[in-house]
This record gives sequence, C-alpha cells and structure tokens, in this order.
Amino acid sequence: MSIGMVYALLGAALSTILAGIGSAFGVRAAGQAAAGVTAENPEMFAKVLVLQLLPGTQGIYGLLVTFIALSRIGVLGGNAVTDTNTGLLYLIACLPVAVVGLISAIYQGKTAIASINLVAKKPDQFGKAMLFPAMVETYAILALLVSILAVTNIG
Amino acid sequence: MNNLDYIYAVSRIRVKEQSLLTDSDISAMIPMKTEDEVLDYLQSKGWGTDAENSASAVLAAEERRTLEAMEDLGLDEETMNILSYPKLFHNLKTGIQEVTTAESPGRAYYDLPGFGKAEVRNILERNAFDELPEALRTVAPSALEIMLKTRDGQMCDTIVDKACLEAMSAAAKHSKNRLLQQYLELTVALTDIRIAVRASRMGKSEDYLKRALADTALLDVNGLILSASEAVGKLEEAKDADQENPLYRYLERAGFSAAVEALKVSPAAFERWCDNELIDLIRPMRTVNESVGPVLAYYLARENEIKTVRIILTAKANDFPDEVIEERVRKMYV
Repeated sequence: MSIGMVYALLGAALSTILAGIGSAFGVRAAGQAAAGVTAENPEMFAKVLVLQLLPGTQGIYGLLVTFIALSRIGVLGGNAVTDTNTGLLYLIACLPVAVVGLISAIYQGKTAIASINLVAKKPDQFGKAMLFPAMVETYAILALLVSILAVTNIG
Repeated sequence: MNNLDYIYAVSRIRVKEQSLLTDSDISAMIPMKTEDEVLDYLQSKGWGTDAENSASAVLAAEERRTLEAMEDLGLDEETMNILSYPKLFHNLKTGIQEVTTAESPGRAYYDLPGFGKAEVRNILERNAFDELPEALRTVAPSALEIMLKTRDGQMCDTIVDKACLEAMSAAAKHSKNRLLQQYLELTVALTDIRIAVRASRMGKSEDYLKRALADTALLDVNGLILSASEAVGKLEEAKDADQENPLYRYLERAGFSAAVEALKVSPAAFERWCDNELIDLIRPMRTVNESVGPVLAYYLARENEIKTVRIILTAKANDFPDEVIEERVRKMYV
C-alpha cells in the first residue's frame, strides 16, 4: 500500500471518528437534559427527543464523506491512490467535516441543552427553541459541502 | 461530580421551577382574609399533603419535600451539610437550653433527619459530643458548660450563633463551588450587620459584639464593631433626622448603602432587604445549564418561599394588616 493511500484512508477515517466523537458528546449531554425534563414531565418526551437528536447529524455527515472518499480511493470503488500528493489532498479534503463536525456537535449539544430547558419552562415555545441549535447546524452543513466538493473533485 | 454531571439535575430543576411561587402568588395571598384561605390557595398550588392541612404541617411537609428533592437530584452530602448549618446549630441551642433548664426554651426544633429533638436531647444528656455532627463538636461542650455555670441563655445562644457563622465562613473558604462561597460569605456578612444593628439599638457593649460577630471576607469586622459601639442609641435619631451615624457611615463605606436605606425605613424593611440580597445573588442561576449552581439556587429559593409563606400565615393567624405583611414579604426567585 502506498503512503498516499494511507493518507487518503486516514482522511476518510477522521471524518467519521472526529465528527462521530462530537456527535456522541452532543447527543449525550442533550440526552441528560432530555431525561431530566422527561423525569419530571413525561409528556415532554417527543419534544425533547427531537432536540436531543440535533447534534447527532454531524456524525452522519462525517460518515457520508467517509463513504464518498472510500468510493473514490479504491476501497468501495474508483482507483487506488498511488501517489503521496493525491493522498494528502484526500486527507485535507476530509478535514473540514471532521474538525467542524467535532466542534459544532459539542456546541450544538450545549445549545440543545439550553433549548430543552427552555421547552421545560415554556412548552409552547418549542418551535423557537428548535431554531437555536439548528443555527449551529449551518456551519456543519457548510463544512460538509466543502468536504464533498473537495473529495469529489480530486484527480 | 463535574459540571456536566449536573445537566440532568438542572433540567429537572427547570421543570420544578414552574411550581415555585411567584411574586404574583405572594401578592394574591396578601389580601386574603384568613389563614385558611391562604392554605387553600397553597393547596391549589400543590403545597402540603392530603393527610394534614394545618399551617405547621403544610410548612413541615414542604421543608421535607425540599430535602427529598435535593437528595434525589444528587446534591452532594457536604453541600447539604453546609446548607443545614443554621438548622443544626439552632437545634443544638434549643437542646442545650432544654436539657439544662426545667422549662421549655419556647422554640421548636427543626425536623432534621438524624438530628431532631430526640437525638439532640439524647446526645446532650449523655455528653456524647463525638456523636454530634462534626461542625458542632467543638462548640457544644463549651456552650453547655457556660449554660450550666451561668444559666445565661442569651450568652449560650451568642456562642452557638457565632460558631455557626464561623463554620459557614470556613466552609466558604474551602468550597470549590463559587455560588456556595458567595452565598455563605454574604450570609455571614448580612448576619453580622443584623447583629450589629440590633446590638446598637439595644445598647449592647463592645465586648458583646466581639463575642457575637464572626470574621467575613466582605466586611472588616473590627470596623463594624467599633462603628456599632459608637452608634449605640443613635439609630432612631438618624432615621428621624437623616443625620450622620457612625454605623450607617461605616456600612456605606463598606458598600452596603442599600442596607442603610432599608434601615432608615424600618427594621422589617432591613430584614426583607437582607433576604432579597441573597435572592439577587442566586437569580443568575435561572439561565445556567451545566453546574451545581441552579440546584443550589433552587434549594435556597424553596427556603425563601417557605419563609415568606410562614410570614404570611403567621400574619393572617394574628390578624396583622396587609401593609405590615407587604413590608415583610420577600422577593421570589422566579
């Protein structure tokens, strides 16, 4: 296996690993808050569950970029990477979704906690409460687009 | 527990806060004609139990409920112990007076788990001081000895009260919880001011003040003692003529000008100001999501509302006019 292939695989792996860690952290924290609200008021379950799931999307974005990368570097399809430069390009292309996914999921988790607590106090404000963590999602989506564009345009 | 471990508890608190009494609830209770009417209102808000509906039973049930909630929410034992210092020391004072004199001290015990009336009496009668909660072990023998030798209940109370303030001050120094630190420091400072004001009104000596006041990070206690001694007999004059008074001057210099304003209104307004200061301290916790602060704030808010309801119920039982109650009711947390 060439060193380029190692770099490319590292990029593909980091997409899932870092974005997944961020999502796990975000969903875990929001889940604790959701459980707290449900413990006191079980009728709130559906509303807080939606908010808990929001930080989980970064992990999915990371997985998506990993699949696209793997399908182009000879693992799930495409041609194997033979030179170092191309491998590095794949690694760098995967970094936006990996790094932004990690950080945005953690912060989205914190915002989701605040929104869950808002819904706990004012259940009728669910629509507005959804918007706050959704705003953090914007930056994960931008990073996803950049990674997809970069990965699909290499070579 | 780190801050993240409190996310669950804080979210539960956010739901629980919905059932806290608001300033509007307090305003609605003040004009009610009788104690029963207030109790009915409280019952509609979920207060009390189905078993008994007397004022004391409702208040005791709410105090128990608050302690159970704190236990359930995982507030650490050390913090719970520190928060219960005033009640522990109160029970010790009551116990000492009860076992050393034939007559009842005229005040009730707090219903504390493991340190209620029976346990306190039992420990003191056997002089088994090592069975006392740790914070009481040093002061209990000396307070008991003074009471036995002098039969001076007031001196005994002063010694125990000062020990309580010192225990709170020491806990503030060692606590890693910023809100708890601030709460304890402010409580000690406000209690020192309360004692100084009362001593000044009653013409107490400088020696008494030295025995009663505890050191605090927020005040220069020696300055407070000196100014309170100088102000003996001058507080009422200062109120009427708005003239300079050594104690007021000291408090203004120490950053407690609002206390002086309240003192000029009435002693009740000053007491209310003291409690409202503590509520203002904890209010920012309403928007904090990841720390023990909101749990602590909820406990203090519950204590505050129980205290306010006790004031209203007592006033209604004794037919006090609404204006008197309005002057005494505290600001609510939510």
